[in-house]
Amino acid sequence: MPVYLPIAEISVNLFLILGMGGAVGLLSGMFGVGGGFLMTPLLIFIGIPPAVAVATGANQLVAASVSGVLAHWRRGNVDFKMGTVLLVGGIFGSGLGTWIFALLKDAGQVDLLISLSYVLFLGVIGGLMLVESVGALLRSHKGTVKRKKLHQHYWIHGLPFKMRFRKSKLYISALLPLVLGFFVGVLSAIMGVGGGFVMVPAMIYLMGMPTSVVIGTSLFQIIFVTANVTLLHSMTTQTVDVLLALLLMSSAVIGAQLGTRIGAKMKGEQLRSLLGLMVLLVCAKLAFDLILTPDDLFSFRLLEGVN
Amino acid sequence: MMGNRSVSGLFAIALFCLVVAAQPSRADNTLVTDISSHLISVTSDFTGTDLLLFGTVTSSEGSLPADKGDIIVVVRGPKKNVTVRKKERVAGIWVNTRAIEIAKVPGFYAVASNRPVTDISSTGTLERLKIGQHRLSLSAKTTPLDVQDFRQAIVRQQEEVQLYTSNQSAVYFLGTSLFRTSIHFPANVPVGNYVAEVYLFQDGELVSAQTSPLFIKKFGIGRRIFDFAQSYPTLHGIAAIIFALIAGWIASALFRKD
Repeated sequence: MPVYLPIAEISVNLFLILGMGGAVGLLSGMFGVGGGFLMTPLLIFIGIPPAVAVATGANQLVAASVSGVLAHWRRGNVDFKMGTVLLVGGIFGSGLGTWIFALLKDAGQVDLLISLSYVLFLGVIGGLMLVESVGALLRSHKGTVKRKKLHQHYWIHGLPFKMRFRKSKLYISALLPLVLGFFVGVLSAIMGVGGGFVMVPAMIYLMGMPTSVVIGTSLFQIIFVTANVTLLHSMTTQTVDVLLALLLMSSAVIGAQLGTRIGAKMKGEQLRSLLGLMVLLVCAKLAFDLILTPDDLFSFRLLEGVN
Repeated sequence: MMGNRSVSGLFAIALFCLVVAAQPSRADNTLVTDISSHLISVTSDFTGTDLLLFGTVTSSEGSLPADKGDIIVVVRGPKKNVTVRKKERVAGIWVNTRAIEIAKVPGFYAVASNRPVTDISSTGTLERLKIGQHRLSLSAKTTPLDVQDFRQAIVRQQEEVQLYTSNQSAVYFLGTSLFRTSIHFPANVPVGNYVAEVYLFQDGELVSAQTSPLFIKKFGIGRRIFDFAQSYPTLHGIAAIIFALIAGWIASALFRKD
C-alpha cells in the first residue's frame, strides 16, 4: 500500500516502512542503542533523500527512546543523575558538532567524512565489544569465572570533582561523564545518530557502570539529544517528515517494547556480543561501499530552484 | 477528478471527429490539441498518474488534411540547477574529487512520437527544439573536456528512475487526423510547472506547434503539512517532538504489564 510522504516528496510502501521501523525498534529496545546508525542508512537505501532521512530518523528516535526509558525506569534501571551530567556535556558537544558539520559541508566532502567516521567508530567499538563479550561467554561456559572487583581503578579515578552515582554504584569524577557526553554529542551531530552505540560501550568499559543501568541511562540521554537535533533540522532545513516519522514511530515503539523484554531475559555478555556483531556488520557494509567500485561514478544533487 | 477529465477528453475527441469530417485540402496543416488534465494533484495516496494528450491535424480551411504529417509530443518538468560529482579512487577508497554545476536541468522529460524522431526531422531541427533527452541544453558553469560525461550522467540517472522517458507509448493516429498518446508520471515526479508541447512536422519541416501548461501540485493533508513546515519551522519542530513524546508514552503505557 503506497503512501506519499509530503516532505520527502516520494511515494513509499506503507508496510515496508512499518517493517523497517519495527525491526530497528526491536534492536534498539534490546541493546539500548537508538538504532539511528541502522535507521538512517536504511531510509537512504529505500530512496528517502539523505537530509530527510537524518532529520526524520532523529524525530523517530525521540519516540523510541521515550518508550524505552519508561520501560527501564519502571525496573529502576535509569541513573538520572548520571544521565543529566552526560546530557550537559552532550548539549555543548552537539553545538560544536553542528559547527564542524557546516564546515565540512562547505568543503563538499561531508558524505565521505560521515562514512569514514562510521567505519572507524563502528569498527573499533564493535570489535572491542565482540572480543570482550565472547571472552566472557567462553569463561562462563568453562565455569572458571574470575571473581571480579566491583570495578577497576585506573588513573581516571584520580580526577577531581568526584560525584557519587548511587544507581551506578560509582564514585567518580563528574568530568568523566561530562567529557564523554561532550564527545558523543560531537559525534551525533556529525553522524546524525543518537550516539548510543558509542555511549553504551563507553559507559560499560570506560566508566565501569553496571550493564543493567547503562541502557536506560543512555536512552534517557538520547531523548534530549535527538529532540534537539529534530528541532534544529526543522528550523534550518525543514527536512523533518512528520508523516514518515509517525509511521516509523508507530511500529518502532512496539518493536522497542518487545526488544526491552527480550533484552531483559538475556545475559549481558550475550547482548553485548550480539550488538558487537551487528555493529561490525554495518561497519563492513559501509567499508565495502567505500572500497568497491561504485555502479555509477557520478552522482548529482539538486540546488535551489530556478524554474 | 482524472476520470471526469478523461471522459470530457473523449467527448472532445468525438466533437473533433464531427468538426473535421470534411473535404481534404492542399493548404498548410495546423494543430488543435488538449491534455486530459491541466492540474495533477499529488495527495497522500499518489502513486503516479497517466496524462492523456490528444489532438487533431487540420488544414488551414479546417478541412481534413491530405497528408497528416508527423507528431512529436514533449512534456518538460520544472528546471533546477544541479551539482554533478564524480568519484575517483584515492588511496583505495572512492572519493568525490570533481564537481560541475549544471544549470536548468528539467526534473521530468518525456517525448513521444508516431515514428522515431530521427526519421521525422533532421538532427539540426531536433537539436534546436531540444527534442530527445540527449539533446537537452544542459549548460555547465565550467566546461572541462569530459563535460559531456557529466551531462550524460544526469540523463542516465533520470532515465533509471523513469523521470526521463521516450516513447513509453507512441503517438498513434485514429483515422486520418486524430492522434493521441499518454504520458506516465511516476510517484517520484517533482511538483512544479510543466509544459506539454506538441509539434507537427511535414516532410521534415516544422509546420505547427502548440504548448499547454500543466501544473503538478501537492494537495490535502500532505500539502498542509508541507506548508506548515515551511511557514512555521520552529512550531513544526516542536510539534514533531511532542508527537514523538506522546507516541513513546502511549506505546509504553499499552505494553505495561502489571
